Amino acid sequence: MITVSHLTKYYGRHLAVSDLSFEIGEGHVYGFLGPNGAGKSTTMNIMTGCLSATEGSVSIDGHDIFEEPKAAKKLIGYLPEQPPLYPGETPEEYLHFVGQAKGLRGERLRAELEAAIEATGIEPVRHKRIGALSKGFRQRVGIAQALLGDPRVIILDEPTVGLDPLQILEIRDLIRRLGRTHTVIFSSHILSEVQTVCDRILIIAHGRLVAQGKPEELERELAGETEIRLIADADDLTAAKIVASVEGLHALEVTGEGGVSTFRLAAGDGDPHAMTRALFGAFAKADTAILEMSVKKATLEDVFLELTEKDGSGLPAPEDSIAEDSAPVDGAAEEIKESEATGHDGDPEA
Amino acid sequence: MTAILKHELRAHFHSLTAWVFGAFLLCFVGIGALQYNLKAAVSNFEYVLGYCAIILAIIVPLLTMRTIAEERRQKTDQLIYSLPVTTTQVVLGKYLALLILFAIPLLIVCLYPLIFAQYGDVYLPTAYGSIGAFFLMGAALIALGVFISSLTENQGFAAGLGVAVMLFNYYSVSLSEYVSRTTVGSGAALAVLAVLLCLLIWYMTKNANLAYGAAVVLILGLSGVLYFKPELLEGLLPGIMEKLSFFERFYTFVDGVFDLTSVIFYLTAIVFFLFLSVQSLEKRRYN
Repeated sequence: MITVSHLTKYYGRHLAVSDLSFEIGEGHVYGFLGPNGAGKSTTMNIMTGCLSATEGSVSIDGHDIFEEPKAAKKLIGYLPEQPPLYPGETPEEYLHFVGQAKGLRGERLRAELEAAIEATGIEPVRHKRIGALSKGFRQRVGIAQALLGDPRVIILDEPTVGLDPLQILEIRDLIRRLGRTHTVIFSSHILSEVQTVCDRILIIAHGRLVAQGKPEELERELAGETEIRLIADADDLTAAKIVASVEGLHALEVTGEGGVSTFRLAAGDGDPHAMTRALFGAFAKADTAILEMSVKKATLEDVFLELTEKDGSGLPAPEDSIAEDSAPVDGAAEEIKESEATGHDGDPEA
Repeated sequence: MTAILKHELRAHFHSLTAWVFGAFLLCFVGIGALQYNLKAAVSNFEYVLGYCAIILAIIVPLLTMRTIAEERRQKTDQLIYSLPVTTTQVVLGKYLALLILFAIPLLIVCLYPLIFAQYGDVYLPTAYGSIGAFFLMGAALIALGVFISSLTENQGFAAGLGVAVMLFNYYSVSLSEYVSRTTVGSGAALAVLAVLLCLLIWYMTKNANLAYGAAVVLILGLSGVLYFKPELLEGLLPGIMEKLSFFERFYTFVDGVFDLTSVIFYLTAIVFFLFLSVQSLEKRRYN
C-alpha cells in the first residue's frame, strides 16, 4: 500500500531523516514509535505531501506523492500533530469545507460528513465553535476531517498528545475501530500506547528505522535473555556448587557476604520457570534456604530505550535490530491504568 | 478551488474584514462624490476615484494581511498541503475571494454615475472606464498584498509591510523627481536594488549560493552596461519608478484615456505576484 524508499530529509544542514525505507501493507494499525525529535513527524509530513524529501520516494498504492500528488493524496487522510482547525468555524462548517476540497459534493458529501461525525462522536458539538471545544474534541474533529473522502490510509501524528487519560483511551479506541476498515498509521513516543493499539510497530530513532515487526515478534526476537536473581542462605562457594548442578544456567555475577550469597544468572532463552523450579529443587535437596529469587526478562521498553538513546551512528540496521517490551515511557499509561481501575467513563468535552 | 473560494468568502464575512473593507471604500467614495460631484458640481465621476485611489494603499493590506499569514500561524497550511488541491488552486481560490470582496462595493459604486446622470451631464464612458481601471488597479494591489501575506505568519507585519510598499508605490512618481538621473547615480541605486533583490531571493529560497549567483550576475550585468553603454542608465531609475507606479497608470484613465498598455501592465502584475505567492507557499515544502 505504501512504499517508502531511501527517504532522506535535511533541514539546512540538520539531517532529520536518513535513508529511511519501509513498506506498509493494506489493513492493520501501524505504530510509528520513537522519541521526540526522532523524525516521525518529518516522515509523516513527507508521506502526506506536506514536505518535500531531499532524496528518496514515497509511493501510495503505486502513486508517487511527488509525481502524482493529487491521486496519492486522495488515498490519504492526515491529522498533523497540531490539528489544523479554524477556531472560528463549527465542526460541521469545517468538515464541509474539507469534504468539498477533497472533491465531495451533494449527497455523498452529506453522507460522508454524517459518517465522520458519527465515527468520531462529535455529534454533540457539531454546531459549537471549534475554538470553544476541549482538546479531546478538537482532536476528534481533526480525525473526522482525515476520514472524509473515504481514504484507504489514515495517518495520525501523535493524536493522543496533551489529552487527559480518559480522552487518550477514547482516541485509542477510535483508532482501533478505524483499523478495522482502514490502514491506520499513527505515531507516538509512548511505547505502551503503540503496543496496545498497533498490530505492527516501526521504531524510528535519529531519523533511521531501527526495528519493525509485530509487537510479539519484536519481543521474541529482540528482547534479551532471561536473567534470574537469587539470594541464598549460604556462602558463595556452597551456593555456586548448588547452582552449577542445574543445567542451562551460567553465572553473570556472584557476590557473597556474611554467609549470604547473591547471584545474577543468565537463563538463556528457555522457559525461565523451568529454571527457577530446578533451582528451587536443587537448593531444597542441599537443605539450603533461598532467601529471594526473581526473574527479570529484558523488556521491550529496555531495548526501546537502548535503541533510541544511542547516537545515530551506532544504530543497527532494521533487518538485524534488537527489540523491546511493555511499560509506559511517560506517565500517561499509569494514569490510564489508574482511571481504568477506578472505572471512570469520562466526558472529554470542555 | 471552489471549496477554497467559498471557505475564504465565508471566513471574510464571518469576521469583520469584508464589512470594514467595504464600509471604508464606500465611505471614501461617498466623501469624494460629496466633495466633487455635489459640492463642487463637477460632472466627472472619475475624479472621485482619483481622489480615493490612495485609500487602497491602506485598506488593501488590511484585507489581504491574513490571507496566507493566518494559515501559517494557526498551522492550517498543513491541511491545505495535504488536501488533493494544488498550491496554484489554493492561491487562486483565495485571490478570487478577495476580488469578489473588492468587486461588491465597486458594484454599488457603479450606480453612482447613473444616479448623478439623472441630475446633470455625466460622461459615462470615462466614468465606467475609470471604475474598470480602479478595479484592475485594486486587483493588482490585492495580488501584491497576497504575496506579502505569504512571506510571513505575522498578520500585523504583513499589513505594515503592505502599507509601506503600496504607499511607496503611490509616491514613487513624486519621489522619482528627487532621484539622481545621472549615470552613476542610477548605477548606484540599481546596485542597491540588486542587493535587495538578492536578499529577497535568499529569504525566499534560503539558498545562499543562488542569492550569491544572482548578485554576481546582476552586478556584472550592471557593470557591463555602465562600461559599454553608460547612456542607457541615464534617467533609468526615475523612469522605472514612474513606469512601475500602479497609481500613475490609473490616473491616465482618470484623464479620460483608455490605455491598453496599462491594462496589460495590471494583468501582468497580477500574474507575477500570484506566481510569486505560489512559489512562496511551495518553498515551505522545501525548507
